[in-house]
Amino acid sequence: MMDIQFQSFIPIKKEWDIVAARQQGRDMSKQIGFGSVDQARIATAISELARNIYLYAEQGKICFEILDDMEHKGIKIIAKDDGPGIPDVGKVMEDGYTTSGGLGAGLPGIKRLMDYFDIVSEEGKGTEVTVQKWLR
Amino acid sequence: MDKLLQEIVLDNSDEIIKKWLGEIADEKMNTKSLPVSEELFESTNREFVNAIFSSVEQQGSFDDLHDFSERLINLGWPLSYLTEGMQAFRRVTTNFILEKSENVDTEFFKQVVESVDIWVDPIVNFLVSEYSGSWENTVSLQRMALQELSAPLIPVMEGITVMPLIGTIDTERAKLIMENLLDGVMKHNAEVVLIDITGVPVVDTMVAHHIIQAAEAVRLIGADCILVGIRPEIAQTIVNLGIDLSNFPTKSSLQKGFRSALEITDRKVIDLKKDEKKIEKILDSIDKE
Ligand SMILES: Nc1ncnc2c1ncn2[C@@H]1O[C@H](COP(=O)(O)OP(=O)(O)O)[C@@H](O)[C@H]1O
Ligand SMILES: [Mg+2]
Repeated sequence: MMDIQFQSFIPIKKEWDIVAARQQGRDMSKQIGFGSVDQARIATAISELARNIYLYAEQGKICFEILDDMEHKGIKIIAKDDGPGIPDVGKVMEDGYTTSGGLGAGLPGIKRLMDYFDIVSEEGKGTEVTVQKWLR
Repeated sequence: MDKLLQEIVLDNSDEIIKKWLGEIADEKMNTKSLPVSEELFESTNREFVNAIFSSVEQQGSFDDLHDFSERLINLGWPLSYLTEGMQAFRRVTTNFILEKSENVDTEFFKQVVESVDIWVDPIVNFLVSEYSGSWENTVSLQRMALQELSAPLIPVMEGITVMPLIGTIDTERAKLIMENLLDGVMKHNAEVVLIDITGVPVVDTMVAHHIIQAAEAVRLIGADCILVGIRPEIAQTIVNLGIDLSNFPTKSSLQKGFRSALEITDRKVIDLKKDEKKIEKILDSIDKE
């Protein structure tokens, strides 16, 4: 396995970059000590975030950070783009809301898969989603 | 003028070839990129330079070059070997003619460069197009092989078909799954299709959406679709995502799915050895007494 740094990021431009981001998240969570179910949750959340960037913002990046505050260990993932932004953040957090004919379960699903979820979006400026998962 | 220069080059081919071979050998020292023996490298260089000279002599015929490049492509030599060789030929030949000539003025210099370009450029173009043609061919063959691999449909027995999915599912593959599934159901006259996702590393909402759509399409053409091979961690993430698979038949393993498929098609598996074993057991216990 490649040496994993404390912080890193994967640019998202093509569809296959989603796979690279997922792999990076999986390698990092394995290293932190997450079990297979949490690894799958983290990889799935990254997949949703990266695909949203690819679909709606065309490009952006997924940043990874290992969290370690003596008591807890965890992973922090930030998905950033300079895309069109989201006009109504409340709406996209409803299950089933989609503008692309998808399932509309991505963002609300990510919130349930992770321990912490925050979304900041400004129309015409871009979107930033921050999620965290703690090792128990 | 061009004829005259051509004569100089052809008359002195031995000397030019010697210089060219020297340059190429030096370049190899620098790059070390070719994992071939010294002998093979030398004999290939000789063949290459002879093919170049035959093209110069026959005014742009590529017959020898064609055979030569075809062989190199099959052996996997890099295109850079050929383009670097042609650049070396351009340098060596230009220098040689200029050294051989007295009172070189700008006009003459221009003429020499132009003539050498007229020999070299078409050869480079020819070699590049031979190479890229073969790449396109390889890429399209690999693509076809990959397409066949990416969503195979296996008719296991009359009426029952399995589609084992292994690896990442991207948009293109998702489309293939749908197409192959519908084609296959029609072709094999399947009553039940088992989609096995044991080998799919991540099931996100996009993958789930495509699988649900494929299953609904299968149902529309009159067959049943059972999703099998849902690993425990995948089952958990699907639930967390809030994806509802409740009106969609699922089984944890392919075996269990296959058993349901048999039931749907009014069949079951019986163990022919079972009665024999019972008799053996009875005989064994009698023996022991
Ligand atoms: N990075 C983003 N930039 C702009 N719009 C977004 C972004 N991510 C999500 N959206 C919007 O939020 C909606 C809901 O997203 P999501 O919950 O992932 O469901 P889906 O992708 O299936 O539509 C999308 O249809 C899209 O309109
Ligand atoms: Mg989405």
